[in-house]
Amino acid sequence: MNHHEYEQKPPERPRMHGIEDVIEEALDTNTYWFKGEPGAKPGQFVMLWVPGAGQKPFGISYQEKGRFAVTVRKVGPFTEELFGMKAGDRVGIQGPYGRAFSCKGKRVALVGGGYGTAPLGFLAEVMSAGGSKVFVSTGAASSRYLMFRERFRHAKIKAVFSTDDGSFGHRGFCTDCLTGLLETERIDRVYSCGPEAMLREVARICSEQGVDAEFSLERYLKCGFGVCGSCSLDGTGWRVCKEGPVFTLQELGMITEFGKYKRDGSGRRMSI
Amino acid sequence: MSKVPANLTIGLFGKKLRNPLILASGFLGVTKSSLKNVAQNGAGAVTIKSISREPRQGHKPPVVLTNGDVMINAVGYSNPGIEEAKREFSGLGDVGVPVIASIIGEDARELGYMAKNFLSREFAAVEVPLSCPHTPGYGLLAGQGTPEATLEITKAVKGSTSLPVIIKISANVQSIGEVAKAAVKGGADAINVTNTIGPGMFIDVQARKPVLGFGVGGLSGPAIKPIAVRCVFDVYEAVRGSGIPIIGTGGVTTGQDAVELIMAGASAVGIGSAIHFRGIEVFRQVCGEMAGFMESEGFSGIKEMVGIAHD
Repeated sequence: MNHHEYEQKPPERPRMHGIEDVIEEALDTNTYWFKGEPGAKPGQFVMLWVPGAGQKPFGISYQEKGRFAVTVRKVGPFTEELFGMKAGDRVGIQGPYGRAFSCKGKRVALVGGGYGTAPLGFLAEVMSAGGSKVFVSTGAASSRYLMFRERFRHAKIKAVFSTDDGSFGHRGFCTDCLTGLLETERIDRVYSCGPEAMLREVARICSEQGVDAEFSLERYLKCGFGVCGSCSLDGTGWRVCKEGPVFTLQELGMITEFGKYKRDGSGRRMSI
Repeated sequence: MSKVPANLTIGLFGKKLRNPLILASGFLGVTKSSLKNVAQNGAGAVTIKSISREPRQGHKPPVVLTNGDVMINAVGYSNPGIEEAKREFSGLGDVGVPVIASIIGEDARELGYMAKNFLSREFAAVEVPLSCPHTPGYGLLAGQGTPEATLEITKAVKGSTSLPVIIKISANVQSIGEVAKAAVKGGADAINVTNTIGPGMFIDVQARKPVLGFGVGGLSGPAIKPIAVRCVFDVYEAVRGSGIPIIGTGGVTTGQDAVELIMAGASAVGIGSAIHFRGIEVFRQVCGEMAGFMESEGFSGIKEMVGIAHD
């Protein structure tokens, strides 16, 4: 028996990256640009370490030649710390990790709720460049929180917007506009990321219409590379950081906790 | 040597295990569904992540890192506490293999309480780690790694449950044989050696700071295997007269590694960090490699190899 029956793994530890630029995308929503080519696929995430503040997962929202970015909503102490940082400050980046969106489909609809739109911007650009016809339906609480309006226009991607308060676009949910896209645009695959109640609605609509779909799930991640078990899903035991975060419509049907509950950092269940 | 079909099954505390590989506590043991997933990937038995009386959030991330052949962790015993854990770990027949509980407590009294109030008959055994090197209030940092504390705690847990009791001891102590003997004296049904080793520390030289949220953490992974082999060897020497089984844990990543620990004296083998180094399929891979080795070397069962490295 030889001693090298398995391939050596690269180190799983953060590497410091200087923040190249900080762009305000929307209210309480910043994009942090870094130099480098992580070779990420849309839907994958990185673990971002701010020494002293902790480490959290963020979906990659942009990837260009020689640079990439994550788009972050200020929601708690960790992101507040990050919002205090500026170009030139350094943070640790680990990854990219996780299963990406498949990028299949000729005519696809991307449905993003709130900051869940972040990874869909990257997906829209990659699929559009790959020759797919991409439609986007994105929603937020109000117009001040809508992100990527200019980005989608610039990329000539047809995007429809919804706001809860009607301050811009359709008054209502991004899932309402998905129904419209499915009726008129001969969509053959749907991609979605956002609050789980929204994903549940996307899943319901796609099941009814018989359209294939993929969903990016959010759970409490600790290690990010599949050993700790804090993001394991009930029903299958799949790890969001490893077998996910992207799951197909068929797979969602096997995840018994989907749309019902998730776990906090201690493992206690919290209703969705 | 003639070729014989290798049989990987073992008997442990009156239970039959389809192979000697046991999921080590702390890895993927947060939920029953996760344990079932590990069982479906080939483990012979699984151990839950340790449960404390009250819920614990654990240490701040980063909680696990690797570099080369070493993993470092300071998860800090995050767990949902006794009440929610009882609900989580019920109907354990679903898992498909024996499930071992793991309990922690700040002293013998609290561990006795945990054993009495948490453990159901659905568990195959209970493991008590007296050896975590990086969580204040528990294990080594609470002085639980001495022969005296080991004896007191083992007795307290044995007196509070009818389940077989596994005492998980540390490689960090000089007198590992004395600690093992104390566990035997206290009535332990098995000894698991070792826990993570250290603690160690990773510093990021650009950040100029320790990387783990807690600063220090226990070491595991292929790099610590020689220490685990030595510890199992020493513990086997110390307790061989008692016939108590040893679960050898530490850095096992290949079939050869597992056989090495068995030859040092282990009757069963823990697997943890290898879930990262080879993927969750590691259980099946290690079984295949063990079977291949046994067939080519003419061993028909695990028992024939246990402790044969000793004179």
